[in-house]
Amino acid sequence: MIEVTVNGQTQQIEGPMSVAALLEIVEIPGPYLAVELNEDVVPREQHAEQQVAEGDSIEVVTLVGGG
Amino acid sequence: MSTAIPSNDSATDPPLVVGKHTLASRLIVGTGRYDNMPQMAESLEASGADCVTVAVRRERLYDRNGQNILDFIDPDRYTLLPNTAGCYNATDAIRAARLGREILRNLGNAGADWVKLEVLGDSKTLLPDPVETLKACEELVKEGFSVLCYTSDDPIMARRLKQVGAASVMPAGSPIGSGQGLLNPNNLRIILEYLKLDDPDYPVIVDAGVGTASDVAEAFELGADGVLLNTAIAHARDPIRMSRAMRAAASAGRDAFLAGRIPKRLYAQASSPTEGVISSRPYQ
Repeated sequence: MIEVTVNGQTQQIEGPMSVAALLEIVEIPGPYLAVELNEDVVPREQHAEQQVAEGDSIEVVTLVGGG
Repeated sequence: MSTAIPSNDSATDPPLVVGKHTLASRLIVGTGRYDNMPQMAESLEASGADCVTVAVRRERLYDRNGQNILDFIDPDRYTLLPNTAGCYNATDAIRAARLGREILRNLGNAGADWVKLEVLGDSKTLLPDPVETLKACEELVKEGFSVLCYTSDDPIMARRLKQVGAASVMPAGSPIGSGQGLLNPNNLRIILEYLKLDDPDYPVIVDAGVGTASDVAEAFELGADGVLLNTAIAHARDPIRMSRAMRAAASAGRDAFLAGRIPKRLYAQASSPTEGVISSRPYQ
């Protein structure tokens, strides 16, 4: 197991895995979101190859109502 | 009921152009603080807006209620304008802008190339931090964003933001959500004069502080190219009706500006003929 931070919360995951695989674990609907790995946006086309490793910080964001 | 208000004549009033975007409506409305999503969707419709703002927030990973705002806003109909609301420094605002761009790019929405930049100074006034705002604006312009930049009504700051390449400067009428209307119309006049001096088409959009329809009309009468508002509709007793009022006010205010108001005079000037009066006392 490795430890990563997802949206500010510490999470245990099985091991290094792709961003795409991580998103499956947290069950987020795909098209409405954007992902940042260690403060850099990971474009959707790179979700499959971009790896998440021990200590990484991931932000998963969507759009909400705002002015 | 929402279609009775005529739009301004496009032959004599070209549409609002901001960056690469041409907007049919000069009213930009926010999507926050509604009681529920269907009410928001109906209000957007009634406002006549074709550009709506949205915020970038962490996805609620483990307590989702299954609803997403994008299920209630047709991305083919509305250009989404992502904001950086809630950011208190340039670094966070730039991150939010990039994330908003990524979501809109995934959705295929035209709004992927622009951002409503908002870098706040404190949570009590929600006034912008001018130093961080300028820094973020400069960086986002370098990264290719069309930056619609929220700022105070300070003319010097407005000029600096235009100088670093903001696609539109958006001075506040009064603090966000305060509903106080245009507190300093003179500053807005100066901003309009400065920013349009050699560039009459440069878009200046009044953003924040609107309380009711007359505030919108006033902004347009001053010469603003657009008005951006949210809470005045979302927290009205009847948001859909207020949306209609805002739409009518935008149209009326813009027409009044284009028509040109008469100068204010201290004394009266008769509108009926002064000759041929059946009176023992002449006008003069």
